[in-house]
Amino acid sequence: MSSSFHVAHHFSDAEQQRESAKLGMWVFLLTEILLFGGVFVAYAVFRVWYPDMFYNAHKALDVTMGTVNTAVLIVSSLTVALGIREIQLGRQKQCTRYLLATIVLACVFLVIKYFEYAHKIHLGQLPGKFYTFDGIAGTNPHVFFSIYFLLTGIHAFHILIGISLLTWVMIKNMKGHFSAQYFTPVEITGLYWHLVDLIWIFLFPLLYLIG
Amino acid sequence: MSENQHTTHITPLWIYFAVGGALLVLTAVTVGVSFIDFTSIFGVSSMNFAVAMIIATIKATLVALFFMHLYSDSKFYSLTLLSGIACLMIFIVITLLDTNFRGKIYEIEGQPIEPAAKIYQSENVSDQ
Repeated sequence: MSSSFHVAHHFSDAEQQRESAKLGMWVFLLTEILLFGGVFVAYAVFRVWYPDMFYNAHKALDVTMGTVNTAVLIVSSLTVALGIREIQLGRQKQCTRYLLATIVLACVFLVIKYFEYAHKIHLGQLPGKFYTFDGIAGTNPHVFFSIYFLLTGIHAFHILIGISLLTWVMIKNMKGHFSAQYFTPVEITGLYWHLVDLIWIFLFPLLYLIG
Repeated sequence: MSENQHTTHITPLWIYFAVGGALLVLTAVTVGVSFIDFTSIFGVSSMNFAVAMIIATIKATLVALFFMHLYSDSKFYSLTLLSGIACLMIFIVITLLDTNFRGKIYEIEGQPIEPAAKIYQSENVSDQ
């Protein structure tokens, strides 16, 4: 067993320690939902006010890139879930491989996002006063891009944090810190990563697939 | 530390792959149905939005239940997640009750929040 694992004196046993860590993570994820919630509310308000503008503006987004990114995130969610299963069974090497696959997929997501952003910056489809594009009919199309860049920007920032966390957890795992008895950091990093995927599952139809 | 016995529930491998497959299929479905005009088929407005949100909710539920282990874990974690979603719903519904219906109570004219803000087709602003 790894020397880095011990039960802190304020916990009665390892199980309670692990459950407390998980509950803490779930409460944090709750605040994450509310963080994105603010922008979701802005989205709802402006979409109801300007339904035609939202419909016209969403056509500026690339559905193919959005779909590929959705698939990439779903597969990365699957790989991190499989990685957690491997460490639950005490298979460190397999867990490292799955974590590495997750990190690679996260980077693929960001690369695709970069191409989308670069295209929009080039066309001037930017938030607020930076909006210089002239081809979207309807009232206040710059509002759509304010919301688009806020939602996808905060999300991409979460992906960056996720990559850092996954890398940290993977390095700790390679050093042998985790085992079938102790894998809490892997598990709660996985929870964070799934939430990032979960948010994207809603962002994708809301931004790319306005019917 | 033999007293630290874990009672970890190990989810069978096939469940992970089945859920992953279902999520990818549902992604294809949500893209596919976005090209169908449900609103005119059913004669009800915002049907496409409803269909997209139902599919997204099914996907999110699958991720939460199986990838995030809510299905096998203590229900207290599910309660935490659901209370967050409940707060978000209250936030959205009460805000929309204001922004959509304030014109029914008061005679209001839409005003730019900031006088210097760039407003396109400003004659439509009063539609708010």
